[in-house]
Amino acid sequence: MSTPSESKARPGWLAGRRLGIAWLLAVAVPTAWALAVSDEIGRWTIALGVLASVPCAVLGCYLVLRQLSLLGDAISHAVLPGIALGFLLSGQLIGPAIVAGAMVVGILTAVLTQLLSRLGKVPEDASLGVVFTSLFAAGVLLITHAASDVDLDAGCVLYGLIELAPLESSPIGGIEVPRSFWGLGLVALATLGFVTLLWKELLLVSFDAPLATAVGINATVIHYALMAMVAGVTVAAFEAVGSILVVAMLIVPAATAHLLSDRLLRMMLAASGVAVLCSALGYRGAVALNSSVAGMMAVVAGALFALAVIMAPHQGMLARAITRLRLSLRIAREDILARLYRDEEQTSPVGDEAPAAASVRTRWVEALARRQLRRGGLVSDSASGPPTLTDLGRAEARELVRAHRLWESYLSTHFDLPPDHLHDPAERLEHFIGPGLRAELDADLQAPAADPHGRSIPPERP
Amino acid sequence: MTTSFLTYNTLIVLLGTGLLGANAGLVGSFAVLRRRSLTGDALAHAALPGLALAFLAVGQRNLPAMLAGALVSGLLGVAVISGLRSQTRVKEDAAIGIVLSVFFGAGVVLSRIVQNTPGVGSKAGLDSYILGKTAGIIRQDVFIIGGVSLVSLLVILLAYKEFKLTVFDPDFARVQGWPVLPLDLLLMGLIALAVVFGLPMVGVVLMAALLILPAAAARFWTDRLGPLLVLATAFGLVIGLIGTALSARYAGMPAGPIIVLVGASVFLLSVLVAPRRGVLGRAVAAWRFRRSLDDRAILRRLYDLVEPDLPNLRPIETAGELDRNGTNRRRRGAILARLVRQGALRVEPDSGGTVMTLTEDGLRRARAVARDQRLWEQFLLHAPELAGTMADLSQETAEVLPPDLIAELEQGLRDTGRLPDPGPRGLAP
Repeated sequence: MSTPSESKARPGWLAGRRLGIAWLLAVAVPTAWALAVSDEIGRWTIALGVLASVPCAVLGCYLVLRQLSLLGDAISHAVLPGIALGFLLSGQLIGPAIVAGAMVVGILTAVLTQLLSRLGKVPEDASLGVVFTSLFAAGVLLITHAASDVDLDAGCVLYGLIELAPLESSPIGGIEVPRSFWGLGLVALATLGFVTLLWKELLLVSFDAPLATAVGINATVIHYALMAMVAGVTVAAFEAVGSILVVAMLIVPAATAHLLSDRLLRMMLAASGVAVLCSALGYRGAVALNSSVAGMMAVVAGALFALAVIMAPHQGMLARAITRLRLSLRIAREDILARLYRDEEQTSPVGDEAPAAASVRTRWVEALARRQLRRGGLVSDSASGPPTLTDLGRAEARELVRAHRLWESYLSTHFDLPPDHLHDPAERLEHFIGPGLRAELDADLQAPAADPHGRSIPPERP
Repeated sequence: MTTSFLTYNTLIVLLGTGLLGANAGLVGSFAVLRRRSLTGDALAHAALPGLALAFLAVGQRNLPAMLAGALVSGLLGVAVISGLRSQTRVKEDAAIGIVLSVFFGAGVVLSRIVQNTPGVGSKAGLDSYILGKTAGIIRQDVFIIGGVSLVSLLVILLAYKEFKLTVFDPDFARVQGWPVLPLDLLLMGLIALAVVFGLPMVGVVLMAALLILPAAAARFWTDRLGPLLVLATAFGLVIGLIGTALSARYAGMPAGPIIVLVGASVFLLSVLVAPRRGVLGRAVAAWRFRRSLDDRAILRRLYDLVEPDLPNLRPIETAGELDRNGTNRRRRGAILARLVRQGALRVEPDSGGTVMTLTEDGLRRARAVARDQRLWEQFLLHAPELAGTMADLSQETAEVLPPDLIAELEQGLRDTGRLPDPGPRGLAP
């Protein structure tokens, strides 16, 4: 029971292939439902939402992992003047000029923030706040002042009007395809290409930038390329979900995925799944409440994140609570066994070896542990008096008491602790001393027969 | 400005934004110093759903209810951030981003529902909370903002010492038994108050700017908390006043962005021209320092050259004699000319060229520089184990090393006859 193999991290309640399939179903079923109950406009809206949010989610993984989430936030606010300038120069609301303008401003945000915190010695968060709010203010001013007579209003840029996007369409091969479909599709493809081509570089720079530099990858260039991509994706998505809610699509799916996986590719797939779900359920939610699609997408993202915080296989609060409960149950079981074993010894009064932990432990954990022991055949009830150990239980208990007393001897021999300081550390550690460590302790102490208190150390095997 | 410009309404708006800026500058200082600049941003975004919910619950535009709603949901957002940070693997930056965007999304959803509610939608005016409308400030608002500012000021004055300690060394404060968490909560409450009352005027994003900009600008001018608070408050006041005045002057320009841009200008100006911490000030200091290093290098070399002939002062014949590591060949002409101007060197015509001679003053300076240099050399030779922590060759020994160690090093130099000594071997008459 106290073998080290058991104290290793258990796999979560969902693992490996089963998790993948469950995940696929969890994304596909609601999405299919949402597509099925929507009309054609609705389906296009969902498709556009997916195209806008999946690239954000994929790039967001890098931002979250590198703890640059707020730079993503800042860039998505700061692209506003870039959009406005691109619009003023080209006269088009969608097009390469706007994307280019946004990318330039995006890089500018990253550079200015770094410059301020390095040259000006402003704290990083403050310099980020200064840069993006100022750029945002300039953008709002540019839009309200210079572009007041055209259909580029602050509201559209801030909240996005994905509901209206499918209305502007042109027929391709008999099917009415929304205009923004092509732009968003192009950006999604570009993101895919960027991530695939620079996979190795991005991975290395994200997890170990000094190593990346050492093996000859220019971390600075990769960093700014990523920032430019974030800006590009942001500006492509702003029409769909609005510049402020782009932040939701950049950070929330990636943060949710980070709770679900420890591998980058899986994290990206999970983040994309969350993004798809946000689009599908966000649209249905908005229809149900007669409200904003972009806002609803953010709310769905938040709900999925909350779900992950609670339910994630390893990182979730539930899983961690279960792990903790398992551990305290095991310790409770082992303490009971050891107590019974010491009662059986009878050779010396229990004295300072009395279970101190038992008083702290809640009663129901103790009761549950007793029931598990009885079920497992480690303890049998006697008609009168306390329960007694079975042979199986006695063997387990012997290992534990042996570990306890060996550790006390070890502490006494090597650390010069006074006798009254030996029990507590041994009581805590006994649950984690496996057969290997017991053998080592035994060898180190030259197979002692008794512990410092004079009690005999039971042999490994009777 | 003409009298017609300063109407009663304008005066009210000016007063309102000025007070708002001053209060934001005051409480924002603590947010910036505590590295919580962006928490204010998150708070501002998180306030939106509370506003809309309060509106839906009350059914009409009721300012106290809406502000209470905003306060509650803003603080809830901050609580979620700290919960995520401490309970999950989510890092602070992601937590801020998540709260900010999700709460804001909920706010957008709710305010759209409000707008779609027949009868009340247009009256809600929730849109103005995003970008702000300073023109809507009325007399009552000025009193409210004034009251909030007064409360903030009083709280900060009363708990000044405690705030100061938690701002600069929270761990020490905790160890000393100060209630750091309640103090932090109090601070968050003050920030939340400032944000919630500022939202209708300058809007969500720009409120964050108003919290950060004055404090970040003031930080360049002083290293002390008291002056920083005064300065940040003054900056906030000025930013609010000038921004409002500008937007009133040019019709059609929204005040919020203009206020922020004025703040950004003040900040930029501080970054550039603030003495000591400013970019220009630091560049000048670096330039001066480099110049003094150049001077010292040449003087040291000059002393090495004339030392064997002391007490007679040998003229240095060519500049070529100066070539050696440590002297900057490219800038040498300029350095020598500077030394001549300072009266440390004399240049005299000689057969076929010029010769340079150290003046009495120059010799004194050269000797001091050489002495310091040799003390450092001696230090590195004899106490290499201390060199890692104490050696700062850009400084003078007397400023870094303890006097008894210097005396010891001097004795070492004297024993080998290498101590530049103004005593018995001083200048010949």
